[in-house]
Amino acid sequence: MKGRVNRDRLIAFLMLLPSIVLVFIFVYVFIGQTTYTSLTDSNAVQQLSRAQANFVGFQQYNSLFTNPLDYRFRMDLVNTVFFTVLFIAMCLGVGIGLAILLDQKVKGEGTLRTIFLFPMALSFVVTGVVWKWLFNPTYGINQLPTYFGLPPAQFRWFISEEKVLVFNWQNLPYIIAIIALGFVIFFAMRAWVRRRSTVGALLTALALLLMAWITFGGPSNLNGLPIPEYYGFNLALIAIVIAAGWQMSGYTMAMYLAGLRGISEDLREAARVDGASEVGVYRHVVLPLLAPITLSAIIILGHISLKIFDLVYVMGGGDNLYIDMPSINMWFTTFRAGDFAKGAAIAIIMLVMVAVVIVPYLISNLRKENEL
Amino acid sequence: MKKWFAVLAVVVLALVISGVAMAQDAPSGELEIFSWWTGGGEAAGLDALIAKFAELYPDVSVVNAAVAGGSGVNARAVLTTRMLGGDPPDTFQVHAGEELNAVWVAAHAVEPLNSIYEANGWMEQFPQGLLDLLTDAEGNIYAVPVNIHRSNVMWYIPANLEQWGVTVPTSWDEFVNETCPALQAAGVTPLAVGENWTQVHLWESVALGVLGTDAYNGLWNGTTSWTSPEVQGVFDTFLKVIACTNDDRNALPWQDASKMVTDGTAAFNIMGDWAAGYFLVDLALEPGTGFAWAPSPGTEGNFMMLSDSFALPVGAPNPAAANAWLSFVGTGEAQDLFNPVKGSLPANTTADIGNSELYNAYFQSAYEDWTSNAIVGSLAHGLVAPPAFSNSFGPALASLIDSGDIPSTTASLAQLAIQTGMND
Repeated sequence: MKGRVNRDRLIAFLMLLPSIVLVFIFVYVFIGQTTYTSLTDSNAVQQLSRAQANFVGFQQYNSLFTNPLDYRFRMDLVNTVFFTVLFIAMCLGVGIGLAILLDQKVKGEGTLRTIFLFPMALSFVVTGVVWKWLFNPTYGINQLPTYFGLPPAQFRWFISEEKVLVFNWQNLPYIIAIIALGFVIFFAMRAWVRRRSTVGALLTALALLLMAWITFGGPSNLNGLPIPEYYGFNLALIAIVIAAGWQMSGYTMAMYLAGLRGISEDLREAARVDGASEVGVYRHVVLPLLAPITLSAIIILGHISLKIFDLVYVMGGGDNLYIDMPSINMWFTTFRAGDFAKGAAIAIIMLVMVAVVIVPYLISNLRKENEL
Repeated sequence: MKKWFAVLAVVVLALVISGVAMAQDAPSGELEIFSWWTGGGEAAGLDALIAKFAELYPDVSVVNAAVAGGSGVNARAVLTTRMLGGDPPDTFQVHAGEELNAVWVAAHAVEPLNSIYEANGWMEQFPQGLLDLLTDAEGNIYAVPVNIHRSNVMWYIPANLEQWGVTVPTSWDEFVNETCPALQAAGVTPLAVGENWTQVHLWESVALGVLGTDAYNGLWNGTTSWTSPEVQGVFDTFLKVIACTNDDRNALPWQDASKMVTDGTAAFNIMGDWAAGYFLVDLALEPGTGFAWAPSPGTEGNFMMLSDSFALPVGAPNPAAANAWLSFVGTGEAQDLFNPVKGSLPANTTADIGNSELYNAYFQSAYEDWTSNAIVGSLAHGLVAPPAFSNSFGPALASLIDSGDIPSTTASLAQLAIQTGMND
């Protein structure tokens, strides 16, 4: 019996071996190679003349965050953060709304579901072209009000140059420190309320430390930028959020719909018997049960938005900085400017951003599987 | 199984031997031509060249390896990857000038072509100004230009200007202070411009118009400082010019910007002379009446040029055929096949430019300027600055239009010029 198990294991291992080897080479070795490139001064001329790249440590990263010439990269980071937050919010909002509506046992549900899901089957390039026409400020949807005798709308969509929530990049360490302080205070208070005094005391101490650090100007030591640079939420991103949200909302809806179907009717009945209104059923029973779906949706949407390239490239033509994303900058830096090392550094920073979103999710999934 | 291998081995051996044997006399085998000419007149022009070449060299089978999109960025990415991987094409398209010199020549990845120039007598047939731009410090030439485009052209419709009561401005001061307010009062966009690269294209015309020939050239050889008051003045004028343009510029490809002029919603447009082909072929307008042209303000007597060329990579698999191709595309005969279809000027002076069936009224007049004017190079199209500089220049302009902060823009451009080794 035991021999048989071992042989099964051996066969399983041999079956998996090719994919393990291929994944190792084509994913992990390449990540390693890119990381190494990002620590050198590799560029097109040097590589074409078969010269050896020089190891320069973190010079490329340093330049990305502190060299005034690399402001495009910092603009990209700010854009990515705003885009990701709004894109996920829109997809989740529209997705759950559509799912709840479809869950009301409407007639023709199958047809509607297909219609809502359909945009996902398109390529982002197609979406980009279509929405680029729709959002054209002179002859796009800005003309809609004229059908009702109103003047055309004035918002300039993806070429808008307006920005709100403007901040100086040099103050970013302060802003992050204050946001972190807010979180620490929140969790400290929650711990006290829940009578977990050890955790509460630790968090309070941390909050006091942070406060002292901020008051004595600690964060300003972290600023490496010599001149002020102002960034903000570029309103042009709204157009990208709508186009991307239009494409991915249907997918989010499908995920939620599957989740809703997984909630047994008994639970809802029990709530109704206990006197819950229909809204109450959703608020206290259905939505809490959908939390794992929301988490999965955030992970999937988050990694799409952090890597987005094609939609923005098509809509912006490449050099529209108000909607620029790190992936476009990476492509131009590597292949238009021939600066391989800096392109690799941008790639690694993107990888880290995606990893921050995905790795905790993978770990919690692994734990759950082990528990089962 | 074994038999199969034997047959295969014999066939391969035969092919190799015949290939080697034939390379010594007439070129044969495969010739892979790498370009980004995939659409419209460009692709038609390339096809015409290939057809004629196939007639002259029936033993060579041409592989047209064109990569679409991104005005050559995609093609360059593929080309770089192939060259790094040791798999060069036989010949590739490249913008003459720094785009070629700062990368391919600097990396010793292309062969000098002086022997082809000498064997064909091109040293006398190509204009001296062009040869000066193509020749490096050691006197080597690395590319064969097939066409010439002019960058500093301003397009307009004569009847419309008359109706609005303006004349073609001859300096940027005149445009900003007189033409622009008059047109704005008439409810017309004074100058149409499109997305980022067309703004760079506009900037080079402003820079040449404000600085003049020598100071403009000085930007690229290091004798004009980016932080000097004159250059600050260029950006100042540029911002005033931008204030006279359509504000949906970032949404428009160049065609849409040029079309604003023919639609009568804008008075002028500054675009390279590929716009002539767009007006003539796509919009079916008559040169002279349907559309007209002038050098962009203040650049009279200057011909700002760009040129598509072919180069020979080191390690090309079939150099004999590549040499035949390069010797062919530089001749006046080949350029007469290509340029009327693509809509550009021939670089070779033996081309039949006087033939009005081949070259329309615009090109006749442009050719006169080409042979008589001072020749300067275009920034937006890779002639005067290395790609690393141009890559950051467009975003720098965008950020300048956003912030209006001229001193910090010129300061970072000065730093960029040093960092990209432009003034060495």
